[in-house]
Amino acid sequence: MDLATTTYPDMMIITVNAGRIDAAAAIAFKDAMRAAVANGPARVVLDLSHVTFVDSSGLGAIVAAMKHLEAGRRLDLAGLTTDVAKVFRLTRMDSIFTIYPDLDRLIPRATG
Amino acid sequence: MTLGHIDLYRTRRPTQIMADTIRVECIATQWAVRDLLIDLRAWLRALNLSDVNCGTVEIALAEALNNVVEHAYPADLPGDIALDLALTAACLRCELRDQGAALPGLVPPDAGLPSIDGPRESLPEGGFGWSLIRTLTSRLSYERRDGENRLTLEFNLNTASFNL
Repeated sequence: MDLATTTYPDMMIITVNAGRIDAAAAIAFKDAMRAAVANGPARVVLDLSHVTFVDSSGLGAIVAAMKHLEAGRRLDLAGLTTDVAKVFRLTRMDSIFTIYPDLDRLIPRATG
Repeated sequence: MTLGHIDLYRTRRPTQIMADTIRVECIATQWAVRDLLIDLRAWLRALNLSDVNCGTVEIALAEALNNVVEHAYPADLPGDIALDLALTAACLRCELRDQGAALPGLVPPDAGLPSIDGPRESLPEGGFGWSLIRTLTSRLSYERRDGENRLTLEFNLNTASFNL
């Protein structure tokens, strides 16, 4: 699965460049996430703004990616589209993750 | 991708079997289920079902179809899934049929959501499917007859609770 990673001093943003994290994609997503987060900063933000559909297998894969992080590291989510937000809400997983509407306020801007 | 001689992506185009009823068939693999869901959503959108309703239907059907893929047929010998959809102004009725293993106890599971109260390492990575199906449908029924599973999901299209 195509994941694009941008690393900042204290955070990395992983953008999922795929429309679906479903049963057919769950294993590929988990494998790609393991590789993407290796040796990165403590805070990982998963940008789901291009993902229009997640099923329970995809949700499980996102939870697995969070559990795979070492103690002291965290996985936040950003950019949930309508149906993806619905799956998180109905499974109450929206109470487990910190979820940002979009990346705008997360990305550090150069100053001066 | 193929599994021996089996085309894992095989999905037949929707067939109109009555004025407001279509039938879709696919082989029980995750890839064919994905293609079927994408086709279905386009069909429902073309019939002016709202995005909210389309999302509800797609989420519930994805869980029901993937249950068949994962539990009804052996992974190395996927059988067929047939899905009939009947749409009226007030209701979408989906009947899902397969010739795989019966549901244990001959009833759809009703265990609720898995617990999410424990520490991070104990968070559930599955067990959400039937809860999603039950929450999103207005009626759910299951029948085992002549070696066939028949799961019927109904969605009310005009109730506030449908806009979950």
